[in-house]
Amino acid sequence: MELLQSKDLPGKGSFSHGIHPPDNKSLSRDAAIEVVPTPKRVVLPLLQNIGVPSKSIVQPKKQVVAGEAIGVGEAFISTNLHSPINGVVENTGVCTLPNGRHLPAIYIKAEGEQLSGQALYEDVLGGPWPKDCPAIYYPSTISKAIHEAGIVGLGGAAFPTHVKVRPDDTKMIDTLMINGCECEPYLTNDYRVMLEAPGAIIAGALHGARAVSAREIIIGVEDNKPAAIERLKKEAEGTVIKIAVLKTKYPQGSEKQLIKAVLGLEVPLGGLPSDVGVAMSNVGTMAAIARGVIREKPLTHRVITVTGRGVSNPKNLLVPIGLSMQDAIDYCGGLTKDAARIIAGGPMMGFAFSNLSMPVTKGTSGITVLTHDDVRKENETSCVRCGRCVDVCPMQLVPTKLAMASRHGNLSLAHQYNIMACFECGCCTYVCPAHIKLVQLIRMGKAMVVASRK
Amino acid sequence: MNAKVDLTETNRVKDAAPAINVSPSPHIGSTSNSTRRMMIDVLIALTPAVAMAIYMFRVYALIHLGLCVATCLAAEYLFVRMRGKSISLNDFSAAVTGVILALSMPATAPWYASVIASAVAIGLGKIIFGGLGMNIFNPAMVGRAFVMISFAGAMGAAAYESGAGWVDAISQATPMNALKQAGALTPIGDMFLGLTNGSLGETSALACLLGGLYLCYRRTASWEIPAGMIATVLVITGIVDLVGGHGGRLILHHLFGGALLFGAFFIATDPVSSPLTPRGKAIFGIGIGALVMLLRFLSGYPEGVMFAVLLMNAVTPLINRWTIPRTFGEY
Repeated sequence: MELLQSKDLPGKGSFSHGIHPPDNKSLSRDAAIEVVPTPKRVVLPLLQNIGVPSKSIVQPKKQVVAGEAIGVGEAFISTNLHSPINGVVENTGVCTLPNGRHLPAIYIKAEGEQLSGQALYEDVLGGPWPKDCPAIYYPSTISKAIHEAGIVGLGGAAFPTHVKVRPDDTKMIDTLMINGCECEPYLTNDYRVMLEAPGAIIAGALHGARAVSAREIIIGVEDNKPAAIERLKKEAEGTVIKIAVLKTKYPQGSEKQLIKAVLGLEVPLGGLPSDVGVAMSNVGTMAAIARGVIREKPLTHRVITVTGRGVSNPKNLLVPIGLSMQDAIDYCGGLTKDAARIIAGGPMMGFAFSNLSMPVTKGTSGITVLTHDDVRKENETSCVRCGRCVDVCPMQLVPTKLAMASRHGNLSLAHQYNIMACFECGCCTYVCPAHIKLVQLIRMGKAMVVASRK
Repeated sequence: MNAKVDLTETNRVKDAAPAINVSPSPHIGSTSNSTRRMMIDVLIALTPAVAMAIYMFRVYALIHLGLCVATCLAAEYLFVRMRGKSISLNDFSAAVTGVILALSMPATAPWYASVIASAVAIGLGKIIFGGLGMNIFNPAMVGRAFVMISFAGAMGAAAYESGAGWVDAISQATPMNALKQAGALTPIGDMFLGLTNGSLGETSALACLLGGLYLCYRRTASWEIPAGMIATVLVITGIVDLVGGHGGRLILHHLFGGALLFGAFFIATDPVSSPLTPRGKAIFGIGIGALVMLLRFLSGYPEGVMFAVLLMNAVTPLINRWTIPRTFGEY
């Protein structure tokens, strides 16, 4: 085991540009993961991943047990869906997600005995995680198990993991990079998993690397999480896994920026990490892989952070997927009087919503509730071309030009300035002194470009 | 009685219910950063230069400062209303233009020059292009150039040498004019502190440096512009100095004399009319520095910062096009 400091890395331990927003992680950093009591009902939208929706395979009134498949992903970029609780299918209705999508969903009412409390914690994150077994699996067996388990990236984007972690003859994967940066302010769910279940992460990483035949495994963690680095380091002893300590900076957890910081490689414009021989996934996903492969249990629960000054008692929770946001917030003492904005995810890239009946999905990393004081409310003024957005853009774009091109519908200008390279981290909007919603305008422009291609 | 209780009850419930709002991400923003704050930064940074101007030129500095700021604010109010837009005086951008314009005037300038320059700066320099952020040229320099050409006698180099001599320094030629006309060098210490003649705010290199470094520290001014400008002037005068055997005095003369430092930190760094990217800003600064030297050495004027800035402002859109940064991952 090696602890890689920035001097040992091919990369510099950081990337150029980016911002340093106040991280506010102290609200929930020291709160150990608590298991939420089994809810009366869970709602499972049929699309919980980037890609194609899953197909329901249950009818109303059907009895289901925890872990039973209720949806299948028939397409390549799609995933299976499982019931997190014992219960009965109520109906298949529609639900809306924080990102505004309306989706068909399966409603399951809890019935009978449930695995809960400490027993559930042990089942998902606790217990021993053997590190020596990857060799007994074929790579294809592992990716098949991951596919079966319906695992998606738990960092937020929810890309089906089996698509990333599969043997591929056309693209050699050299390195499995594991993202433990958690650079979004407020969120601490990954941090708690690294602290409480480092064994699951290490075991999952070894299996994931076996599946893609990667020689190197590197876990990247920001230097504001020394305790997590220590735990992972201890757990990784005797394995090939390396831990890279990275500079705390937003968006260090973006895959392209992380690859640059650790390996010094630039993913080509419009390309994927696999183009530079890297498979990238998040620490929480590794724990899910370990559970999926070793224990053959599907992804039915995840760790989320419920935090912000708008929540009475910020906590890290182990929740069933499909739990309503209301239940999660209620478990944390409810909203405070000055709560102003509820966000699925963190404040930089998360979606604000107002309907608390929405469910936690596989991609929900947390719920952040900001107060009136936290939310920025200044009105937009004119762009003074100060170039601060240029100074912070981690993709080295010119956000102000992109935003103006989008605003005026000038797609050729937007194209000239590489609008599609923007991954919407929001750094430009964060620093803009004129309070222009640059990233929102750029999103609009990207949508226009996509529409014009069709 | 009952009604009263109900009312309190309703109010309590209303208070308890959180007002939830939605909006696109990001949901937090840098709180120390706004256009208004940038303008206030410039005003703060200008205080040493303003103080020095008042110390050197007494009531004349106050007259021009008052006239320029008042006219700029009035013009902004009037022209913005004529365009039917909401009034934006509280962003302080018009006040900044007023102060910079006043500091670029000679003490002897007639009062109407300040008024006309200010009205032109805001009207032709800014509002005609669409207001804050849309102007191509630095508004203060547009106003300054307008009156310089309109009232050449009252604004030109000769205007600085007032026979009235209310303050000793003012009866002398400006350092740049003395150099141009007679090849005479002014004591470097006087130029550094500002005990010489010149436009109101430009005389003290020390005051400009103090304010300028604060602006760069606050990142309200991009350091690339003054750095490019000063480095270019150093290189060009360095060569001329070496060839002419001036023993380094010519370098310091061009650096501390005239409007070079005032222009480098307060005029060229106007974000609106300067390029967007760091590389573009460096090119812009180098261009201004080279043009300043060209004008100082070869034109009929003893000074060249104003025209150099305006000329490079015209090239800014082109520089922006040349310096589109290489996107991450683009080969």
